[in-house]
Amino acid sequence: MRDRPVIVAGLLLFVALFAFPVWHGLANRTPPTAPAIKLPVAQKQCVAPIAYMRSSHMQLLIDWREQVVRDDQRQFHAFNGKVYDKSLTKTCLEQCHGNKAEFCDRCHNYSGVSTPYCWSCHNNAPQVVAEAPDRRPTPLLTGRRIAP
Amino acid sequence: MKITRKDFLLLSGIGLAGVAGSKLMGGVGAAEPSAESTRKRWGMVIDLQKCRQDDGCKDCIAACNQRHNVPQIPDPAHEVKWIWTEKFEAVFPSQQDDYTRQNYTAHPILVACNHCAEPQCTRVCPTGATWKRVEDGIVMMDWHRCIGCKYCMVACPYGARSFNFTDPRPYIKQINPDFPTRESGVVEKCNFCADLLAVGKQPACVGACREKAMTFGDLADADSDVRRLLRARYSIRRKPELGTGPNVFYLV
Repeated sequence: MRDRPVIVAGLLLFVALFAFPVWHGLANRTPPTAPAIKLPVAQKQCVAPIAYMRSSHMQLLIDWREQVVRDDQRQFHAFNGKVYDKSLTKTCLEQCHGNKAEFCDRCHNYSGVSTPYCWSCHNNAPQVVAEAPDRRPTPLLTGRRIAP
Repeated sequence: MKITRKDFLLLSGIGLAGVAGSKLMGGVGAAEPSAESTRKRWGMVIDLQKCRQDDGCKDCIAACNQRHNVPQIPDPAHEVKWIWTEKFEAVFPSQQDDYTRQNYTAHPILVACNHCAEPQCTRVCPTGATWKRVEDGIVMMDWHRCIGCKYCMVACPYGARSFNFTDPRPYIKQINPDFPTRESGVVEKCNFCADLLAVGKQPACVGACREKAMTFGDLADADSDVRRLLRARYSIRRKPELGTGPNVFYLV
């Protein structure tokens, strides 16, 4: 029983080391900063109220997709009487939000939501395509880059 | 409660009469002329005498590729085609005799999706990603739903469908932002420029042809340009014996 202080000290040390990730994380915690979203300049109002867009933009986009592709209904009559083209590139990006990286990605990354596969087919707005650096992979067969 | 044989027969008869009556009413409703008469049937007429493919003219093909972001993949096993040329023998295998051979076999023939009246591709698609539009007869593709099983490619007797074996974007010289590209793993084909038709324009290939060899219009309208051409000239279709009812006609 003479080793009691040593055993207790050793146990405490073990617990402290074992819990290192927890207390280190707690000590270094910084309050998360909200994503810096670039707001559109030209337009003041989105196609739906902002609260609805925050919570349900994915549903709106899926509805647009189904209506355009399956039913050939290409006009969206907004809540305020305006009529929009149901187009991710031409309406959402070209008229307001510029490009995916500065709008969609910032919020999706912040909230840890993976980006849906829209962008493997749908294009950024044209002016952004022209400015964006060439990030496309080298074609396998020709071995040279094709100008964007 | 006990049902006698007489009651049973009486109830069955009433039930059958009800079903037959509702079927009859449904048939009458479907035959309503207003819905039928507004339906279009888009079709194309290609005048082989005007087409200058053999002079190396590729205006229509280039216009289509540019409009729809069709990738130019050098490997023929992976190539993606919406509108392209084939040899006469491949396009009209049952039209070969010594005389047509003399006249036509040297010329490449322009081919694309025939937007068949009875498309086989849509029948086999397991996800409904390709379907025939009731309103205008266009055989559409929904790339969101395509799972890349390639069953439609097997079913199509015209080889009108292509599969994206790789990401097509590196093979598109200039991406047209008005039309999406495709991604690896989906099937694609000519859509008769459904997006241009929606805004009242003609398909890109038809507008690009300097010889006006292609005419596009509504086959259901007896006064349309296509119907007038088909009345005036003799036309052939690709493999009509298969019963698919192609809506692309060739004037010979």
